[in-house]
Amino acid sequence: MTRIAPVLTVLAILVGLWYAAVAPMNIRVALDQAQRDGVAVVPDTPVARREAGIVGLLVQNAGVIPATYDLDRPRLPTPGQVGAELWKTTGEMVMNGRAFSKRGLIYHGWITLQSTLFGFALGTALGIIGAVAIVYSRTMEMSLMPWAIISQTIPIVALAPMIIVLSSQVGIEGRGVPKAIISAYLCFFPVLVGMTKGLRAPGPEQLDLLRTYSTPGWQSFLKLRLPTSVPYLFTSLKIGIAAALVGTIVGELPTGAISGLGARILIGDQFGNPLAIWAALFAAAILAGALVTLLGWTQSVVLRRMGMGL
Amino acid sequence: MTNDVVIEAHGLDLTFQTGDGPVHALKGVDLSVEAGEFVSFIGPSGCGKTTFLRVVAALEHPTGGTITVNGMTPDEARRKRAYGYVFQAAGLYPWRTIGGNVRLPLEIMGYSKAEQAERVARVLELVDLAGFEKKFPWQLSGGMQQRASIARALAFDADILLMDEPFGALDEIVRDRLNEELLGLWGRTGKTIGFVTHSIPEAVYLSTKIVVMSPRPGRITDVIDSPLPKERPLDIRDSPEFIEIAHRVREGLRAGHGDEV
Repeated sequence: MTRIAPVLTVLAILVGLWYAAVAPMNIRVALDQAQRDGVAVVPDTPVARREAGIVGLLVQNAGVIPATYDLDRPRLPTPGQVGAELWKTTGEMVMNGRAFSKRGLIYHGWITLQSTLFGFALGTALGIIGAVAIVYSRTMEMSLMPWAIISQTIPIVALAPMIIVLSSQVGIEGRGVPKAIISAYLCFFPVLVGMTKGLRAPGPEQLDLLRTYSTPGWQSFLKLRLPTSVPYLFTSLKIGIAAALVGTIVGELPTGAISGLGARILIGDQFGNPLAIWAALFAAAILAGALVTLLGWTQSVVLRRMGMGL
Repeated sequence: MTNDVVIEAHGLDLTFQTGDGPVHALKGVDLSVEAGEFVSFIGPSGCGKTTFLRVVAALEHPTGGTITVNGMTPDEARRKRAYGYVFQAAGLYPWRTIGGNVRLPLEIMGYSKAEQAERVARVLELVDLAGFEKKFPWQLSGGMQQRASIARALAFDADILLMDEPFGALDEIVRDRLNEELLGLWGRTGKTIGFVTHSIPEAVYLSTKIVVMSPRPGRITDVIDSPLPKERPLDIRDSPEFIEIAHRVREGLRAGHGDEV
């Protein structure tokens, strides 16, 4: 109870700020609408309203303020509207037996999730292999690490269309694989860095101990370096999966994809439907939260089994 | 009493090349250790006591002179499982149980499963940790963890036990108890023990031979053969013989310091 109170307080403040912002953000649109419906508003031309200050508009048209919370195409929807839209495109469709309809977010979320998991697996594998290479070879460290760092400085939005074009050139059909590549591109880096640190975590005394047993290298890897790196790996995986999801959505944005959460955001933008954009954004955030939470649980179970969880 | 020499060093030099010029960690060290002896190495930091132990263990390689362990080079001796090494930190793997930690060298050395289990049980008994096999290291006190690390060094029957300030991080009371237990262990197993410490009472209480060392360059200033009997209750530390040896060690340490000024 004492722990839940602060969490709820912060949540309440955020929602409160959001609601407070809705009226000023939407007042101009609401006034246009009210005038079309025959309500007298001050000032009475759109041009004059564009020049008037927002505070002035709110004060002079207090009667229109309630309407700012109930627009069809608001500049900023209320949390309630976003929630309703989310429900309409997920839960309600499930209740109507159309859970996987292409008009629903479950279908699009599933498309995004598939590419994310594929990219995550690919990126994690590459990151771990790279880390092992770096830890065991000075040459690999000098030749691989700079490229890994440079790769993360290139804006992914610029790179995504090229990856898609090149994929289709080598005969890869569909969007799934190129999206996963983009996702892996963002995801491998945190895994590479975290695993390199984890595999190097054993101290000199621990390595000396294994030398006193004349331990072969592969055994020191399996018995010391790998178990030591597990907590580091999980920390990287949590960052990696969030990055993989961002990668997938970015891969869906500029590329003319028609399914996936990124595509929903793009389509919402093109058709002037802010509610669809916000609902897709929240769906992405909920998906990311669920994936990170799932990894967190796995982490605590694995570490407890290893005797390292406290 | 056998007179087999297990560790023999002649004119041993070890110079580290550092950014600030060469550091003479060991210079002209001559020493021979016989089977079954308990040898303590004592001296201030930088006197080379740990370095000498590491040379015996082939963790460092000398730049001059000769050293043999069981008549072989240190590298060969290590491959023949000549010694077990106990570090200052217990260094148990947190993801392994106490039994799992003691089993570690046995797994690496390829003992059969049955033999592993039998040996783990036997050495845990030896260090008074029977019944803790399934516990994890964090469930044990610092002193118990260090006992487990001693069990790990004993598990594969090396004749020599090298201990680098194993009780340095423990409090006085625990340390006294472990010292007493270590003497008992030494009496029962007949191992040759090389023991690095910077505590004079610890060195005098435990050893049959005390090697006093001094720094810059690291060298031996005195080797004292202890006249104390093999059976040593803790209150032997109040006897005149004990105090006399402790006095001689202190003199040796002071002489080493005097050269430098």
